Amino acid sequence: MELIKPGTNFDFVGRMNLAFGISLALIIISIASIVWHGGLNYGIDFAGGTLVQIKFQKETPADRIHSALKPIGLENSIIQSFGPNEVVVRVGEVERAGGELSQKIKESLAQALGEGAFEVRRVEVVGPKVGRDLTRKAILAIVFSWIGMLVYIAWRFEFRYAVGGILALVHDTIITIGAMSLLNKEFDLTIVAALLTIIGYSINDTIVVFDRIRENVRKNIRQPLAEVINASINQTLSRTILTSLTVFLVLLALFFLGGPVIHDFSFALLVGVVVGTYSSIFIASAIVLAWERVKPSKPKRKK
Amino acid sequence: MALIVCLAGLFYLAPTLTSNLPDFWKKNLPADRIHLGLDLQGGMHLVLEVHADKAVEAAMERMANDMKETLMDSKVRFRNIERTKENTISLELADSAARGAFEKILKDQYPDLEVQSSRISEGRETVGLKIRDKRVVDIKKLAVEQSLETIRNRVDQFGITEPEIIPQGDDRIIVQLPGIKDAARAKNLIGKTALLEFKLVDEEHSIEDALKGSVPEGSILAYGSSLDRESGRRASLPYLLKSKALLTGNALETAQVKISDRFGEPHVALKFNSQGAKDFDRITGENVKKRLAIVLDGVVHSAPVIQERISGGDAQITGSFTLDEAKDLAIVLRAGALPAPVAILEERTVGPSLGQDSIDQGLWSVAIGGLLVVIFMIVYYRLSGLVANFAVILNMVIILGALAAFRATLTLPGIAGIVLVIGMAVDANVLIFERIREELRLGKTPRAAVEAGYAKAFLTILDSNVTTLIAALFLFGFGTGPVKGFAVTLSIGIVVSMFTAVFVTRIIFDYLVWERKIQTISV
Repeated sequence: MELIKPGTNFDFVGRMNLAFGISLALIIISIASIVWHGGLNYGIDFAGGTLVQIKFQKETPADRIHSALKPIGLENSIIQSFGPNEVVVRVGEVERAGGELSQKIKESLAQALGEGAFEVRRVEVVGPKVGRDLTRKAILAIVFSWIGMLVYIAWRFEFRYAVGGILALVHDTIITIGAMSLLNKEFDLTIVAALLTIIGYSINDTIVVFDRIRENVRKNIRQPLAEVINASINQTLSRTILTSLTVFLVLLALFFLGGPVIHDFSFALLVGVVVGTYSSIFIASAIVLAWERVKPSKPKRKK
Repeated sequence: MALIVCLAGLFYLAPTLTSNLPDFWKKNLPADRIHLGLDLQGGMHLVLEVHADKAVEAAMERMANDMKETLMDSKVRFRNIERTKENTISLELADSAARGAFEKILKDQYPDLEVQSSRISEGRETVGLKIRDKRVVDIKKLAVEQSLETIRNRVDQFGITEPEIIPQGDDRIIVQLPGIKDAARAKNLIGKTALLEFKLVDEEHSIEDALKGSVPEGSILAYGSSLDRESGRRASLPYLLKSKALLTGNALETAQVKISDRFGEPHVALKFNSQGAKDFDRITGENVKKRLAIVLDGVVHSAPVIQERISGGDAQITGSFTLDEAKDLAIVLRAGALPAPVAILEERTVGPSLGQDSIDQGLWSVAIGGLLVVIFMIVYYRLSGLVANFAVILNMVIILGALAAFRATLTLPGIAGIVLVIGMAVDANVLIFERIREELRLGKTPRAAVEAGYAKAFLTILDSNVTTLIAALFLFGFGTGPVKGFAVTLSIGIVVSMFTAVFVTRIIFDYLVWERKIQTISV
């Protein structure tokens, strides 16, 4: 079976400006959404706070939970539905009046609804200090992974490829974060894990294209770079789409079957894979070409 | 070679798959199951911060008290010795003779202290002493080490299987307690400083004045609670105590829960060690008819009147405890006090039922995700797809085997990592197969096409996988707990896929084109 027929020759390079335009628009939308929402919707991993996941015996409307939490002054806490008869209560604090908040939430729910009416399935408490630490570490991990890629590609290929690859990664990261922001999804540790995975995946895709460009450049030294790049993208197109498809398939399985705990994680990966595939085809190589036009590489002297 | 690796994978995996292995296997061969993370098996993850500064302050307090006595014993004329808020010791010396004697004592007996400031006015000299920086570092380090040891003791006595208690950074301790049920109780047990002190009640001064704000020098206000048996309510009760602790929990040999006869109420029976028993004997002898308060972490538990000298080294803490409270108190007293208070910075508790749900959902997504890929590969590449699928399944076996062999932890994101690896592992084969197709189109024989396909795809696979691996390594460095588990399975999966998708499939293809001499290849 073949999805992409051999000899396919789409003019990717010719639509370079269109691709740049689309990407630029997506990036602007992403940043605008983040600004509009007043920053990212940080989960307690980064913002600090208390999270209690509760499963009720029977259906319990959010109002009842709110009113049950009123005696300890938490009637305005965020309550999210988390599957059938299950909710997550989130509060931006760790302690209240000397006692631990998670314990207090448990107690006041027991008082209002009865001891056996619910089961506390998960408690997460992150102090503000840890939150700051994790934020710093997350940013460092992402930035250093970009730098790590930059160095590796510059070593294995050429610096201009490294620039193309990394800008494509930054592009993927921003747009994925933007998508999370647009849907107002929570940004926590697992999302950072997803971003790093996307970075790894997207560069993988890009490298395959670069690798073909490198091979074709050696084969045919006189051909203009634009043509070589276009041919290379076409030759690898079948593989790019196939692999993305298999990854997309397993991610769909994770998204629908993996449970609510990793729901957002799978969602970020889904977005990232689509954006990463797009950037590998349309953006990374185009940047290499643009870089070449602005700053031509010195022709290699023949010995 | 390929066979050995696969067998090794199965070999390490066997204990996880079945629990009734033959006995000889359990004895001689790997018996470690895959270690499940707390998010899968349920349990509690705590990050504690040791307030090591407090240990330094306590050391200074001790030194100030000690120095006061030494100076008095040596008849040095001084006054107003105290520990200041900036954690220095300040005192006034009367004259130059006192100054000389003081300097000698300081040099001989207090090598950890140094003079920070000295000011002379009206013939008196005010000296400020500070602790040497090197010593501060030592005390802090020791405080963290001792805290770790103490917490380990407590957890061991509490009876939790496979707890993990490890230091992190300079002043943090990670505590992982799998399968814990009563989270609040465990936290109380771990986080309690458990500093037990015996202090005399200050009966010379009026407590009313102290409550109004004029606490006499050398005394402190502390609170206890009294239980009204009829209403069952607890009321706060103030005490005025001498600030000097006559005896601390260090003097204990052991502590046990006993049930008293009268009310059937539990109390904690203390037994002092030999030095502690001697001290207790002397203290009670010297203070008959006075009240001795038993203070735990600054809270007065009881303050009985000493009726007579108590020899033999037994004492007890009464109070209104539940049985569990008394048991936990005995544990923390036996394990000793923490040298400094600890604060819980981070807590993550997962109930066992949620863990089981996560396992089920994880397995489902692995199964369905795997099935989708397997079907896709067969539809797209037919026979070759079958070969690639074989490689993927092999990959899974090796990943799981490696997890068991390296004692790595499998978490829910870790399972997600495995699912993702299924999708990405076929990538190497896709690359190879697409190459082979290209070569076949150029009119090459199957043998030559396979040869060229593998040769040309290899560098690409290497480069692309190394970059993914770089990202996974950063993820490993960054991640905590569950996220780390994701990085682990992803990294192992990528490395293993290079082996299964490149070498193993190559062997199969070589067999097909060399031994069976097939003329067409179904790619």
